[in-house]
Amino acid sequence: MKYIHSICFALAVLMMGSAFADTQKLVLTGSSTVAPLALEIGKRFEQRNPGVRVDVQTGGSTRGVNDARTGLADIGMASRALKSDEGDLTSYRIAMDGIGIILHRDNPVHELSDGQIRAIYTGKITNWKSLGGTDQKITVVNKAAGRSTLELFLHHFKLNNREVRPHVIIGDNQQGIKTVAGNVGAIGYVSIGTAEYEQTYGTPIRLLGMNGVAATVDNVREAHFPLSRPLNLVSTGAPNPLAQQFISFAQSQAVDDLVTAQYFVPSAR
Amino acid sequence: MRKQSLSFPPVSIRLSGDMILTSLVWVATALVVGMFLWLLGDLLFHGFNRLSLAFLTDAPQNSGREGGIGSILVSTLLILGVALLATLPLGLGTAVYLSEFSANKTGGKTTRLIRMSLNMLAGVPSIVFGLFGNALFCIWLGMGFSIWSGGLTLACMMLPLFISTTEAGLSAVPDEWRQGAAALGLSHASALWHVLLPAAAPAITAGLMLSIGRALAETAALIFTSGYVDRMPESLSDSGRALSVHIYDMSMNVTGGDETAYGSALVLIAMLVLISSIAVSLTNRFLAQRITPS
Amino acid sequence: MIWSRHNTSSLARADTALTRVTGSIALAVAVLLGLVLMLLIKESGAVLAEGGWIRFFNSDGWYPQSGEYNLLPMLWATLAASLGALLIALPLGVMSAVFSRFYAPVWMVSPLRRIMMLLAGIPSVVYGLWGLTVLVPLVGSWMPPGSSLLSAIFILALMILPTVSLTSEAALTAVSPASLQGAAALGLSRKGIVLGVAIPEARAGIMTGALLATMRALGETMAVLMVAGNVVQTPGSLFDSVRVLTANIALEMPYATGDHRAALFASGLLLMMIVTLLAWLAGRQQAGDERGHAHA
Repeated sequence: MKYIHSICFALAVLMMGSAFADTQKLVLTGSSTVAPLALEIGKRFEQRNPGVRVDVQTGGSTRGVNDARTGLADIGMASRALKSDEGDLTSYRIAMDGIGIILHRDNPVHELSDGQIRAIYTGKITNWKSLGGTDQKITVVNKAAGRSTLELFLHHFKLNNREVRPHVIIGDNQQGIKTVAGNVGAIGYVSIGTAEYEQTYGTPIRLLGMNGVAATVDNVREAHFPLSRPLNLVSTGAPNPLAQQFISFAQSQAVDDLVTAQYFVPSAR
Repeated sequence: MRKQSLSFPPVSIRLSGDMILTSLVWVATALVVGMFLWLLGDLLFHGFNRLSLAFLTDAPQNSGREGGIGSILVSTLLILGVALLATLPLGLGTAVYLSEFSANKTGGKTTRLIRMSLNMLAGVPSIVFGLFGNALFCIWLGMGFSIWSGGLTLACMMLPLFISTTEAGLSAVPDEWRQGAAALGLSHASALWHVLLPAAAPAITAGLMLSIGRALAETAALIFTSGYVDRMPESLSDSGRALSVHIYDMSMNVTGGDETAYGSALVLIAMLVLISSIAVSLTNRFLAQRITPS
Repeated sequence: MIWSRHNTSSLARADTALTRVTGSIALAVAVLLGLVLMLLIKESGAVLAEGGWIRFFNSDGWYPQSGEYNLLPMLWATLAASLGALLIALPLGVMSAVFSRFYAPVWMVSPLRRIMMLLAGIPSVVYGLWGLTVLVPLVGSWMPPGSSLLSAIFILALMILPTVSLTSEAALTAVSPASLQGAAALGLSRKGIVLGVAIPEARAGIMTGALLATMRALGETMAVLMVAGNVVQTPGSLFDSVRVLTANIALEMPYATGDHRAALFASGLLLMMIVTLLAWLAGRQQAGDERGHAHA
């Protein structure tokens, strides 16, 4: 009997614990791409502003936008620009992310023109030998619908998703990288920063340049590379003061090292 | 061996039938153990470097690529605790009801309704449970992203599994035992506690182990209920990242998190061994020692 | 009128309390299901209304942007993957349970059970990771692209194996010693005892395990998402890339709004109905068994 009483008491204390804390809380939800970056920025923000807690949750860019709108979150995270029907919100860019095409390292093909890429993705070319490579079936890796990476890719190559003939559809960057790394005939597209990292660490992939511009993080920062997407914090027109403070912090140079640590590109200032 | 009657097949055929089954059975087990060792080997190969005492106690740093998983372990254990707190009484109660109080083995209307509910619950994909948990616990009951929400959602997922196995165990106890207990003047409740539950202990343990395994392995449901925050939880209403969610984030989301993912997976497996050993020994202590089924 | 006959007219006070408590607990579980169903129906309402559900079967394909939601290819993929996995996992699982119970040296039993339980606890994302980095390239070297129905079947089989094995082992342990000893007394070989007495008597438990395993396979998301390829098409061969219903929900839910979102919830509802159908069929089979089965 005694045990039950002490357990109940402990539970009650645990439950009430947060009620007594004198902290301000900031809630961010949205894109899982931005989440790790937002988490680290949040930790640094907490260090500089004791008594503040920054909670980051995921759920997707669309959820981030909706939660910012309804007030379920103070700030939303989106790995894309705001759409036309999201005009009631304001976006604050905190980083850039380039998108590059990757092949398997052992694939002898070293560059592809836009037209060739289009032909590969619509299924008109099915074997690497037509492109000067080995006799290997091409495995087309495409991103799942709804992702901004896919939409940017399609927009750049003037494709419609219905025209694409993929063999594998992936969800996250890492899935894309691991798929291409495990298949000599594969071609896919992922975040340039991530691909650069993996290349350095020996994963058997290779980034392809586009239109003669090498796919590097530097080229993305200097806007030489044609394919990139913004990583944004979004909020309604009048965010509360704490949220405003956080947004300014996230856009400042004080977090540039955090941005590069995630293999993203700090926005040019 | 030659003493069998004429109705048995000749010795040579019988022996080889036996041998076939024996070898099949050994091969099957070897295959299964082999797959497990292959998987474990892969995990060890990729994640061993990351393991250390500091890994178990430090907080995550640099998005989890450095530092440890201390706060995450605490969150995971708390979530599991809440889930078990809800599953055990509800599960045992329902299983007892289904096996003891149904009008006949296949049950009357209420029993059929409950059984159908359980089967349907078992078929709900985990991501739907995540959304359900979010809608019910986080929003409607106002718990927000918290360990409470995560644990209770997990309990919903564990219940069908636990109830099925426990009920199967209780139903398998022969009726004569119940009749014997009644003949001795025991009340039903008494017979349950002293005779039936102990007899069903192996099944209950199996169900418990499977449920704990399922709970620790669950990812999608927890992302939407207990959340993503990797800080040390100060109360059960704080959001806390579970180990499985951490593994998912490290392997699929954060660049360069692979090693941490594999290391965390190894820790999770070790945790599973530990928790299940405790669960098994507790079940044995309170139940099975009273009755040995075979 | 004694309680041993599964009714509630026992006079002991503990017993009336027991029946009330367990009864209400059981009802609470049923209510839980009701809540889940309510959520699913509410969220999928938009697309199910006015006979809209027919779209799920005769649309041109799965193209949410143009409002086409044909679920059939993914449905076949889900069924193929789960049943394929069961076909592998059931024999393997039962055999390893038989091994554990009847053939293993005493010192092997506990470690084996541990291994099974460990396999059950490995998160699906780890299975997926292993599948993606080890299994898929292996299958791909045989026949590209590697991410295929076959990989999905393999991974699922591995994941549901512990369920089958552990529940079968529990069922085999529950076989009455009297039956086993009687069979041995009759001079049956070990094979005869196992195949002729133990397994038939444990059939109900084994079937429960198989059903639970199938349900797990049908609901599995993460691991299949990583190895199956996720192209929406009816599987024509084992090496085709396929997308299962659960992976579809996981891939598209974070980015879906309006009708698309409702369609995803509707597919969750469909999955639930399949599982219920399966369970009902299994239940009928078991009831039939029991009617023809003299109780020991």
